[in-house]
Amino acid sequence: MTLEQAKTGDRLIVKNISDPQMRVKAIRFGVMEGVEVTCTEKLPYGPVVIRRGRQELAVGRGLARRIIVEPA
Amino acid sequence: MAIMQINKALIKQPNKKTIVLAGNPNVGKSVFFNALTNRYVEVSNFPGTTVDISHSALGDDLLLDTPGIYGVSSFNDEEKVARDVILQADVVINIVNALHLERDLFLTQQLIDMGIPLVVALNMMDEARQNGIQIDHQTLERELGVPVIPTVAVEGKGIEEIKAALAGAAQGNRVPRIADLLAPLRDCFPSVAEALLYLEEDPSVKSPRTAVKAERRQEEIYLIRRRRVNEIVNAVVKESAEGASFAARLGQMMLRISTGLPILLLSLVAMYYFIGVFIAQVVVVFTEKVVMEGYYAPLVEGLVERLFAPGSVTAYILAGEYGLFTMTVVYLLGLLMPLVAGFYFSLSIMEDSGYLPRVATLMDRLLVKMGLNGRAIIPIILGLGCVTMATITTRLLGSKRERIIATALLGIAIPCSAQLGVIFGMVAPLGPGYLVLYLATVGAVFVGLGVIMEKVLPGRSTDLLIDLPVLRVPRLGNILRKTYVRTVHFIKEAAPLFVVGAVLISLLHISGLLQKIQDLFRPLVNSWLGLPPEASTAFIMGIVRRDFGAAGLYALPMAAGQTLVALVAITLFVPCIASILVILKERSAKDGLLIWVGSFIAAFLVGGLLARVMGI
Repeated sequence: MTLEQAKTGDRLIVKNISDPQMRVKAIRFGVMEGVEVTCTEKLPYGPVVIRRGRQELAVGRGLARRIIVEPA
Repeated sequence: MAIMQINKALIKQPNKKTIVLAGNPNVGKSVFFNALTNRYVEVSNFPGTTVDISHSALGDDLLLDTPGIYGVSSFNDEEKVARDVILQADVVINIVNALHLERDLFLTQQLIDMGIPLVVALNMMDEARQNGIQIDHQTLERELGVPVIPTVAVEGKGIEEIKAALAGAAQGNRVPRIADLLAPLRDCFPSVAEALLYLEEDPSVKSPRTAVKAERRQEEIYLIRRRRVNEIVNAVVKESAEGASFAARLGQMMLRISTGLPILLLSLVAMYYFIGVFIAQVVVVFTEKVVMEGYYAPLVEGLVERLFAPGSVTAYILAGEYGLFTMTVVYLLGLLMPLVAGFYFSLSIMEDSGYLPRVATLMDRLLVKMGLNGRAIIPIILGLGCVTMATITTRLLGSKRERIIATALLGIAIPCSAQLGVIFGMVAPLGPGYLVLYLATVGAVFVGLGVIMEKVLPGRSTDLLIDLPVLRVPRLGNILRKTYVRTVHFIKEAAPLFVVGAVLISLLHISGLLQKIQDLFRPLVNSWLGLPPEASTAFIMGIVRRDFGAAGLYALPMAAGQTLVALVAITLFVPCIASILVILKERSAKDGLLIWVGSFIAAFLVGGLLARVMGI
């Protein structure tokens, strides 16, 4: 599934981020393949908010569609 | 190129060390900067960017600030400037936010991998403790291999220790696998730092002339470094289990539509009272009417009259209707500067508290439909202050396409504060119905224009990926400092544009062209918009100063419907001459012309349709 399909409260394992530049930026924030994140908020048709440890990130809908995750 | 110019400003001397402050955004770098140096602080703009660098002396050495960054690379202007300054450093003081160690240590480890002598300031230790985070700074020091000093910079704690530690700044422990990858490249580059940036695919570092076998692999190195940072964090951070704090709950509420929109509305109302009521009606009345028009302008006019023949072209350009030393200065310093400072003050509060990225997240959905992303909220908010200033900040957007869309929206559909004051003054007496009609019409044009550009322009815009830091109470000193630096920057950047604009308008007036243009507009304004023919003068004045345009409508006898049509049309009508110049400078001549023509069409199309609907 993609991050776009996640629901608030879901715990997810990141499988793949297809955009190379975004992939590198996400690594700096500690989000990469194999990492567990929690979806803390999902704005209707808007960004998906994920948290890993204390790091919270807002991911735009278009990018969330290109991030593959699976339930933890 | 850029680095040579800043060097000139700094007069780098061989016996002076260059000490650079580096860290993630909002970790308190500027507080450190001011605590470390009690000398005069100079601010230089980094050529070709909106990025300002503060520099001063620290003992015999040179102290440089850098913009907040998440890593040394080239993803935006701030990162490029920070990268160039860091490459110059003899020592880096890396400020780390104890609340966000996982995020911040990525930069720390990267600086260590670059081989730069480092001292780490572990800042905001008080806030970390309050949030139940315990950090073993001695273990951290051992793991990193550089001095780590716990600090609370706003209270001055740890500053002296940092100064003392500078002598012991060390090239810490490189991640072993990264060191291995670097080894074969050591001799091909002037420094380890550049060798590393080369491996990390940084476009600023060119391939060396000698043949290099090493592959460039940014992602791989980033992953290795990230794993190492996580290891360190696990070894040094202990978190006591705590319930969601008030800050965390409030942060969540700001993101949820049902609570976030009311909070945003409340913030905007507070901003309106601060800028629209306090600054525009109290401060500006004093600075513009009392100080500038009361004392300054008569003085200058008298002086010019004595030096130049009254009625001469020179006297007119210097002190006439659009005089360089009269109108231009009065407008820029008396009216615009207080308003711009008010906007920067509000924006700095939103930024330092951590609210701004949450507003960007909340508005992302709407802005994506308009071919932008949440980050574009910054130039849009600033545009309500001054379109000229906001157009400069569109540089922070992620792609050329977004910069064009944002510039067009600013130029056409966003009224600036100078104009808003007059508009609200004219709409308010007509009753709330007309205010709503005005806002709805301009708002619809704003959204509609964005949606059309998103559909028409080729390519696609970048996605939002934004850090949501823990909310905190901003410090007033910090807010005031940011407001000051940004306002000074605005004046420096915008003043030449206003000067050129004023001269152009004076020349148009003297040559009689201004009158010809007004006559050209007369029939369009009169029969198509249904306004009194004199209103055409107001439209042309709007090119000089947006508020002149709106103010020119004030005296005309008009029915309520006519006033509404006139105000909508003048809002959408061409941006002021300084904005046009900045658009030409920032974008291409073609884009500038398109925006200009577009604003003509938008003003008369929407104004004319509104006049038909209103039955004028």
